[in-house]
Amino acid sequence: MSYTIIVFVKQVPDTQNISGDAMKPDGTVNRQALPAIFNPEDLNALELALQLKDRYGAKVVAATMGPPNAAEVLRDALCRGADEAVLLTDRAFAGADTLATSYALTCCAKAIGNFDLILCGRQAIDGDTAQVGPQIAEKLALPQISYVENVVEMEGKSVTARRAIEGGYEILKSPLPALFTVIDANDPRPKNAVRIMKYKKAKTKSEASKAADPAAEMAKLEAKGLVIKEWSAADVNADVNRIGFAGSPTKVKQIMSVVLAAGDYKSVEATEAGVSNLVHELIEDHTLG
Amino acid sequence: MSNFFTDNPDLMFALDNVDLADVVALREENYTQANEFDFAPENYEDAKDSYKRVLSVIGEVTGERIAPRARQVDEEGPSFENGKVTYHPLTVQNIEDLKAAGVMGVMLPRRFGGLNFPNTIYSMMTEMVARADASLQNLVSLQDIAETINDFASEEQKQRYLPGFASGEDDGSMDLTEPDSGSDLQSVRLRAFKGPDGKWYLNGMKRFITNGCAKTHLVLARSVEGSTDGRGLSMFICQACPELVVRRVEHKLGIHGVATVELQYNNVPAELCGRERFGLIKYVMSLMNGARVAISAQALGIAEAAYRAARQYASEREQFKSSIDKFPAIYEMLAKMKTKVTASRTLMYETTKVVDLRYSYNLLLEKDKTVGADVKEKAKFYDKAAAVLTPMCKALCTEVANQVAYDCIQIHGGTGYMHDFDAERYYRDARITNIYEGTTQLQVVAAIGGIMQRVLEPIYEQYFADTTLDAGLMAKIKAMYAKHLEAVAFTKEISNTKNGEYHDLRARNLVENETFIFVGTMMLRDAAKDAKRMCLAERYILDAEHDFERNYQVIMSGDLTTIEKHRDVIDY
Repeated sequence: MSYTIIVFVKQVPDTQNISGDAMKPDGTVNRQALPAIFNPEDLNALELALQLKDRYGAKVVAATMGPPNAAEVLRDALCRGADEAVLLTDRAFAGADTLATSYALTCCAKAIGNFDLILCGRQAIDGDTAQVGPQIAEKLALPQISYVENVVEMEGKSVTARRAIEGGYEILKSPLPALFTVIDANDPRPKNAVRIMKYKKAKTKSEASKAADPAAEMAKLEAKGLVIKEWSAADVNADVNRIGFAGSPTKVKQIMSVVLAAGDYKSVEATEAGVSNLVHELIEDHTLG
Repeated sequence: MSNFFTDNPDLMFALDNVDLADVVALREENYTQANEFDFAPENYEDAKDSYKRVLSVIGEVTGERIAPRARQVDEEGPSFENGKVTYHPLTVQNIEDLKAAGVMGVMLPRRFGGLNFPNTIYSMMTEMVARADASLQNLVSLQDIAETINDFASEEQKQRYLPGFASGEDDGSMDLTEPDSGSDLQSVRLRAFKGPDGKWYLNGMKRFITNGCAKTHLVLARSVEGSTDGRGLSMFICQACPELVVRRVEHKLGIHGVATVELQYNNVPAELCGRERFGLIKYVMSLMNGARVAISAQALGIAEAAYRAARQYASEREQFKSSIDKFPAIYEMLAKMKTKVTASRTLMYETTKVVDLRYSYNLLLEKDKTVGADVKEKAKFYDKAAAVLTPMCKALCTEVANQVAYDCIQIHGGTGYMHDFDAERYYRDARITNIYEGTTQLQVVAAIGGIMQRVLEPIYEQYFADTTLDAGLMAKIKAMYAKHLEAVAFTKEISNTKNGEYHDLRARNLVENETFIFVGTMMLRDAAKDAKRMCLAERYILDAEHDFERNYQVIMSGDLTTIEKHRDVIDY
């Protein structure tokens, strides 16, 4: 049988290669100053999906929520091997926290429908919450496996995966459909030359509307299989009170830039005596007990 | 994040500025291929954009993946057990990455699974691969073998062999050299005979065969019994089989990642590729010309890597309370290295452009004999120009790679002599480039005819008349040019009137001087496109002036004593 795998991906500011003006004076991230990249662990999720496609046959759908230019990560996903792409974009989605985001993506998954597996990167480098994947699983009432390294086997309506745990790993079997969050345990394949030349031309409806003759442009894209689906909140039947700023109970109170000075931390020797001294110190200053 | 394309402004300049409009239009059959293949370009801008994107991916693969593996590949290399060569797991991984990127059949036609890219783009790719791991470039550039099959084999053979090459599933080797036939391939002895079953069989030895453990082999063999020269040689295709024995794997100074082997043919079944007797005179010459371009790109990649290592080290190493790149002795070396690398790249992509034009116009001519005289004329001109520029390019790029790698160690000092740094690997890897696919001495032989016949004149005429180029530096080039013509005439005269060997003796000086003038002109042209390159053009031309003058003086001396007394000197 052939599976349908949804990979949720995110375009993020490249927080790993920070330049001088990366932060605004108010402590928020200056997105304009940072190049937008494919969230690294989402690339691992995509790679896992493509490996499953190679092993068992699957249709891989890459989907993202974001502003119109987030279509760029979808083109990237298509160039690496994704079969279809969906851009969830709407002003109403803006300002979403993890709760609102996971709700929107849940609506998106339902709109795609008939999926066997949802893969998410463990977390995005702009927030590092690791909450969105698990929240989608909750909302869809799917079994979830987090910290997935790889899939041992997929057979019929079940999947066996290996997940990282502290000091080792465990192997879990789950019925399908299921949701995994994937960690940096594989080596994402490069973009493929033939696919690059084809899918660099893939466009969303909004992008096609900039052509001289939008209708003709869309027809041409349709004929060549180069349409990136573009869905609004209404298209995925999202409740406007549960998305974007309105649907986000999280409010950022303050962001601080914390830089540890030399005296702010200390190294503890990994010996019985070292640990014992540390525990003693923590009891002394009432951190413990 | 390391990207060997986007971190290299000179390479990006080369792509942005090389004019491939005619080449691509011809290769894409006026962009009609786009009707058949959804990834074919619709116009020139589309093609250029695709090249850039694909090169950027190759830049990422080479910078992020291949380069960090290179030292271990060099140290451990392939293994050889029970007659079987096994490549290093990291080499295998490198190939897998390039396969995933879909760049194993870059120049092959799309109908066989290739990308139909021009040689220029392919060379840019091989340059980056070599910068990351020179030995891997040997495996990747064996795409030239597939090219040869595409150019000369039958349609049925193409369909059988090319898809495997394009996907990267199959690899190849070109089996030319024998123990007694190195530079002199006319003396090849490996015997091809027709068995009673009407099929061809090969018997004999081949030596120094790069990737001779490959699945598919192109073999130069003597098919005409009793013949002794190149006209008795034909080209065959054979496959790895029990009758084809890998006798040994050579222990080499460099390019450790690729296996260089000795092969024994014990009645190896083979099939003829192309026409009998055309093996050397047509097919291998074509194959070698392609390979010479590829080795030029390999050398350029090594030079780039060595220059960067030297520059970085010199900026970090402190002596006498200052980083050493502040000292004139060091910054002069670095400036010369950089200028040489840039000069090599300039000639590299001027050469590939001409090679591409030659290929396209000849293909056009072959397909339609009734084409106009202008096409015939162009095909003829680019034929001749490619025949001069290819050896000039190989001579320059490979000698420069050696000089730059040498200076790279010098700048590292004692550290560079140690295995701990990459400098010594670049030095070892560079050393073969000016030897294989024809030594520099043979490149001189290949280039000198066209230089004496002034084949490149139409190109000079165009740029010498270009008033947008810097007048002061152009005057210097023109002064060299006038002297060069004088030296060419003088060499002819001495050879005709006094000693015929004078022509061969001074050929290298003449080739070098032609290179100074040609590359200087091209660098001046590029400086007019980007003012930031003026310092490079100036450095090159000012340095060239002195080296040119020395060669000129040597030629004009008419000194015959080396010819007359070399034996006395050597034998003392």
